[in-house]
Amino acid sequence: MANSVANFMDWVDARFPLTQVWKEHLAEYYAPKNFNFWYYFGSLALLVLVNQIITGIWLTMNYKPDAALAFASVEYIMRDVNWGWLIRYLHSTGASAFFIVVYLHMFRGLIYGSYKQPRELIWILGMLIYLCLMAEAFMGYLLPWGQMSYWGAQVIISLFGAIPGIGEDLALWIRGDYVVADATLNRFFAFHVIALPLVLVVLVFLHIVALHHVGSNNPDGVDIKKYKDKNGKPLDGIPFHPYYTVKDIVGVVGFLIIFFAIIFFAPEMGGWFLEKDNFIPADPLKTPEHIVPLWYFTPFYAILRAVPDKFGGVLAMGGAIVVLFLLPWLDRSPVKSIRYRGTLYKMMLSIFVISFIALGYLGTQPATPEHTMYARICAVIYFAFFLLMPFYTSINEDERVPNRVTS
Amino acid sequence: MRKLFVIGLICVLPSFVLASGSDLHLRHASVDLSDQASLQRGAKYFVNYCLSCHSAEFMRYQRMADDLNISEEDVLNNLMFASNKIGDTMSIAMTGKDADNWFGTTPPDLSVIARSRGEDWLYTYLHSFYIDESRPSGVNNLVFPDVGMPHVLWELQGSQKAVFKTVDDEHGGQKEVFDHFEAVESGEMTAKEYDQAVTDLVNFMVYMGEPAKLVRYELGIKVLVFLAVFFVIAVMLKKEYWKDIH
Amino acid sequence: MNDGVDLKRRRVLTATATVVGGIGAVFAAVPFVSSMQPSAKAQAAGAPVKVDISKLEPGQLLVVEWRGKPVWILQRTKEVLDDLLTQNDLLRDPNSEKSEQPAYCKNTNRSKKEDLLVAIGICTHLGCSPTYVPEKGDTPMVGWVGGFFCPCHGSRFDLAGRVYQGVPAPLNLVIPPYSFLDDNTLLIGEDGGTA
Repeated sequence: MANSVANFMDWVDARFPLTQVWKEHLAEYYAPKNFNFWYYFGSLALLVLVNQIITGIWLTMNYKPDAALAFASVEYIMRDVNWGWLIRYLHSTGASAFFIVVYLHMFRGLIYGSYKQPRELIWILGMLIYLCLMAEAFMGYLLPWGQMSYWGAQVIISLFGAIPGIGEDLALWIRGDYVVADATLNRFFAFHVIALPLVLVVLVFLHIVALHHVGSNNPDGVDIKKYKDKNGKPLDGIPFHPYYTVKDIVGVVGFLIIFFAIIFFAPEMGGWFLEKDNFIPADPLKTPEHIVPLWYFTPFYAILRAVPDKFGGVLAMGGAIVVLFLLPWLDRSPVKSIRYRGTLYKMMLSIFVISFIALGYLGTQPATPEHTMYARICAVIYFAFFLLMPFYTSINEDERVPNRVTS
Repeated sequence: MRKLFVIGLICVLPSFVLASGSDLHLRHASVDLSDQASLQRGAKYFVNYCLSCHSAEFMRYQRMADDLNISEEDVLNNLMFASNKIGDTMSIAMTGKDADNWFGTTPPDLSVIARSRGEDWLYTYLHSFYIDESRPSGVNNLVFPDVGMPHVLWELQGSQKAVFKTVDDEHGGQKEVFDHFEAVESGEMTAKEYDQAVTDLVNFMVYMGEPAKLVRYELGIKVLVFLAVFFVIAVMLKKEYWKDIH
Repeated sequence: MNDGVDLKRRRVLTATATVVGGIGAVFAAVPFVSSMQPSAKAQAAGAPVKVDISKLEPGQLLVVEWRGKPVWILQRTKEVLDDLLTQNDLLRDPNSEKSEQPAYCKNTNRSKKEDLLVAIGICTHLGCSPTYVPEKGDTPMVGWVGGFFCPCHGSRFDLAGRVYQGVPAPLNLVIPPYSFLDDNTLLIGEDGGTA
């Protein structure tokens, strides 16, 4: 028995580097031994991606991408299809969970300097994943064809109209009609279920290939490859399998407990994951009183509204995302981890986090003059954090980084 | 520092509550989906009073019969007027054009109304019709001003008028605000009975908004217990392996 | 690195986690498999169909739809029933041993009431719907006593839905469950517990 398994593996390995892949990426992939709580979110993001793909395929079996049928087909899934309600909630809650996990994953990269040399490409690929995810979420949100789906899409597509010269034509081209209509729904469906998921999967693959090429960073931000034992294994590294596989199982089950608690007991999450107005079928003649994007877009939406000029707002919103791509080159400090950074940096980061969360909140509120003022202050802080980074990270008040991880 | 962020996040998140947009105080509906008798009564009120003008296109009679433990004969004989197939959904014969002529608007489908409006809104709405001779239907509604819908439950509730009082507004002027209702004519039900009837009806609409709610909570507990057990095992497994790491 | 490790405990814990995780995975698969079963809408459309047979005349074929398939209802004359008895040697499965029918239809006439044939009008070969050819003669075969002829690949069935030898169709026509609500009303799709 054992012999025939070994023979089979030899047969495969002669044709495909299966054992080699297993060793390089799991059994002999040496990860720093001091990963903490923040290091769960990479594997969790992968888990949520798989969840979205599987539940998405199953939803596609009953969903109808047709303006006349879409809303009813979602209710059909919720009622008439066996377990359809669970599959739909797995997908709708999964969308929000995806952003929660990805935001925490990005924040981990931010505080431990995981974007710094030699991991710039990992960061860039990750940012592309984030962009792709935003497009995916935006297009997916049109599909239920409720009031929020419809008017949210209307507003966001109109943003393209702000681009001088080609704007209106571009918006028309995106919609394929003079307003958001059946053609828009149908093409968003095509992008949401096949085009973007393909891109997303490829980007995730590249993200991991790049990571495994340079090796993982860690909460101390030290390079574990500097100190190796006599066999050439990093002294502070441990094989990913079994140590991090068993650890990630703990993370996965812990995550699932929270995830399923939401799915079974609060799938609308008080209007944060499923908006009330989206249970009213899309009506092109009647705008809801208060259009709010879903929570994961609200920081950028608040920046958009903070600028008193249509095109300026669009530029600011785009800039808020573009500036994230530049992070590896904006940060001039030789120190990676926040543990050994100076007080100035820690203060800037704290103010940034507070203003980002505040922007997220303000994006959900009506644009009163007071709210707009706060949004402007926060938007300035947001950009200041990045654009002033070359200066405040050059002032060297960092602590000495240890040679080995501190576990 | 790290802990500070986590604490900050935990403190800020719960304060994110979506503004309802309405300044009118909604009364709390004490609905209970586990009260099957209430749901059955609610179903009866719904098909008798709502289903002639409003449809519930996504709700099947069969599903209602199964979920609320009403026999198929009972549903066919007492709860179905528009159709004779138990597998049908609760559609109505009235067309949108007729409705436009009669009410000035098309009555919305009520399948998911409890999810878009919320149970408290529905409960308060059904309590808030008052006499207003300036309206074609003779009534107005406090939470839905100038509503096209007549007070279909007036036989049960009777009629009431709204008493307004004058208060100072923030600009130094005066404005009228609602103070209380005053019964004009009594209906078939006492105030308490009517309140129960409205609660039953809203209860049914909450059920209808999401029939899966009846099974969701129970299944959720089982899933969470299973995951809790798995979590303990996973932690033990992790600790066992990590004994190697010094 | 492995000094003093309790390998047995490690194996037991790994096995427990694998089994519990495996159980979880199986339960997680249930909703996905189950969701591909007919939905409440499909079931409602596939509900039993009531048919009024009071106006059915001898020799007349009535076709109704049940679960999206044609169901034939045929009032057979005494002559037809007598002819059925003469065909046994020409048939593939005269006693309906291999074909699909409720137990109460496993008889020569393949019916609950002797003279009333209820059958699903789908050829057991490749799913075409055969044509009703009641006239006796030499088409579609010599000595034809009336029956059904499938235009797609030439399969032949007698007026009890039994398949003839030497044609591509392997089995007799399928008989759906049915019952009589009263003398004039047939219910297709439900056998009233008399199966």
